[in-house]
Amino acid sequence: MMRIKIIIFFTILNLNIVNAEIFSVDANEIFKNLRCLICQGQSVADSNSEFAKTIKLVVRDQIKDGKSEKEIYDFLIEKYGEWIVYKPPFNRVNFVLWLFPYLVFVTGGVIIFLLFKKENNH
Amino acid sequence: MQKKIIKLFILSFILFIIGVLFISLNKNSIYDTKGLVGKKITKFGLDHFSENKMITAEDLNKNNFTLINFWASWCGPCRDEHSFLLKLNKEKNIQLLGINFKDKKNNALEFLNDLGNPYDHLARDELGKHSVNFGIYGIPESILVNRDLIIIKKFIGPISRNDYDYIKNIVRE
Repeated sequence: MMRIKIIIFFTILNLNIVNAEIFSVDANEIFKNLRCLICQGQSVADSNSEFAKTIKLVVRDQIKDGKSEKEIYDFLIEKYGEWIVYKPPFNRVNFVLWLFPYLVFVTGGVIIFLLFKKENNH
Repeated sequence: MQKKIIKLFILSFILFIIGVLFISLNKNSIYDTKGLVGKKITKFGLDHFSENKMITAEDLNKNNFTLINFWASWCGPCRDEHSFLLKLNKEKNIQLLGINFKDKKNNALEFLNDLGNPYDHLARDELGKHSVNFGIYGIPESILVNRDLIIIKKFIGPISRNDYDYIKNIVRE
């Protein structure tokens, strides 16, 4: 009897682990990166508006259907444009936005290097 | 020489930042749906309002133009546009698909009984999930599509007199 209980326990535990793996795309992370289009400065995660509620339902459905995070973003961008995502995709229009921090970093490094070199020369 | 390079670096950097800020501040960041015009509405299957069947893209292929209108009985502005929808229903070249959005069936029926039913096809979107497929973010919203289901124009908010004239002119052309 005890053996059967142990088998049932581990079977249920195993099923839960498998389910957890299926739903490994974190819905809340997606909600945080989606802009509530009818709210003032709120993400879908923060908002309780009808729009946000609907988007949450659709995103959860798509996760259940096995869609990846990228597929979900692509779907919503197709329907509402890039404005719906806080983190814009890397493309021809947005490349400056993505490369700017690295550019600042490199430029800063070069300036500091030149300043140090100048001081050493003195 | 080095001093010059540093000065040049700093100057270009400042100019770059000013440029980026200038472009960003002049860019209109208010969401609009202009980007959706010309796009095709992909396959959909909507629950018929009263019958046990689906309304699909094939149902709209038969019409020269279709106005897809999202409405609800609890939506005040939907009452304002209703008279224009009734007028559009009399036009020959266009059919109206009404999608009842997050509404109670009885209330929706009462709304149509009181104000008249302008819709050739009537569907139900109880949870609002289908609205996302049409890029809807509030109601009332309407989408004018052609036979190929390509979006000609999207109307956010109630259909106004100007919108009505615009649609009328397009379908009569």
